[in-house]
Amino acid sequence: MKSAVIVFPGINRERDMARTLRLVSGREPVMLWHADTALPAGTDLVVIPGGFSYGDYLRCGAIAARSPIMDAVRKFAAGGGLVLGVCNGFQIACEAGLLPGVLMRNQNLRFICRDVYLRVERSDTPFTRGYNAGQVIRVPVAHGEGNYIADSETIAQLEGEGRVLFRYSSPDGLVDPNWNHNGAMNGIAGILNERGNVLGMMPHPENHVETVIGSTDGRGLFAGLVDHLAKAA
Amino acid sequence: MKARVTVTLKSGVLDPQGKAIEGALRSLGVNGVVSVRQGKVFDIEIEGKDKAQAEVALKEAADKLLANTVIENYRIEVVG
Repeated sequence: MKSAVIVFPGINRERDMARTLRLVSGREPVMLWHADTALPAGTDLVVIPGGFSYGDYLRCGAIAARSPIMDAVRKFAAGGGLVLGVCNGFQIACEAGLLPGVLMRNQNLRFICRDVYLRVERSDTPFTRGYNAGQVIRVPVAHGEGNYIADSETIAQLEGEGRVLFRYSSPDGLVDPNWNHNGAMNGIAGILNERGNVLGMMPHPENHVETVIGSTDGRGLFAGLVDHLAKAA
Repeated sequence: MKARVTVTLKSGVLDPQGKAIEGALRSLGVNGVVSVRQGKVFDIEIEGKDKAQAEVALKEAADKLLANTVIENYRIEVVG
C-alpha cells in the first residue's frame, strides 16, 4: 500500500499516522506539504491526519481545506482513490466538500481526550473489512469539535445508504446519549462519502495498533485497507 | 471602502457556545435574556470606489471561506 500523509502547519498527529502506516503496510508513507500540488504517482491511500491545522482559525479545517494540495486530493478522490481523514482530517474533509456535514463544538463545550468505544456498522467497505459488522472497538478521541451535524435530509441519506461506519457506543455496542461523548447526531463517529472511497472519523485508530499501548483495536482499519488494495491489484 | 460581513448560525443549528454565553449571562444576573446565538464579524477594507464590484468580491469571500453555508448565513454591508 503506497500511502501519502498530508501535513499542514499546526497538524500534530502526522507522525503517529506515518508510524502506523509503516507498521501495518510495511511501506514508508510519503509526507506531503500543504503547498505541494501533486500526489506521487501510484498513490493508493491519502491520509489527512489530526491536529490543529492553522490553529483552528476561522473554523476547524477551513483554511487547510483551501490549501493547494487539497485540489490534488479532491481530484484523487473524484477518480476513486482512497482517502482517510482522522480528527482534524475529518473536519478538513468536510470543509473541502469531500464529505457532507460539519463538526461543531462538543455539546458540553469541553475538549474530550479519552478512549471511547465505537460500534462498527459495516464490514463490507475497504475501511472496515478488517472488522465484523457490530463489532465494538476501543480507540482514543482527542477533540473539542467533534459534534457531527448535518441537515435532516443528509442524515437520512447517510443512514439510508449505510454510510455511517462508526458510532459511539457502550463497550457492548449500545448506542445511546450516555455514550455519545460530543453530542454528534445519531452518535456518528465516522462517515463514508457517496462513492465509498472517502472516510472521515473523529477517533484515532492509528493510536491503537500496538500491544504495548494496551489495545490493537485500530489495526483492523489499516490492515483491512492493505488487504483491500492487495486484492484489487 | 469599508465593509462588514456578519456570519451567523442558521436557525435550527444547535449553538453550544451561544448556550454557554446565555447561561453565563443568567448567572451574572443580567435580566430578561431569552436566548443567545453567537456569530462572527469580519471588517474588511476593499480597494476602489465601486460598491457593486465590492459586493461581488465580498460575496465570493463569504461563499469561499468566511462562512460554511451548510450551517451558517452571512450578511454583507458596504459601509462606504
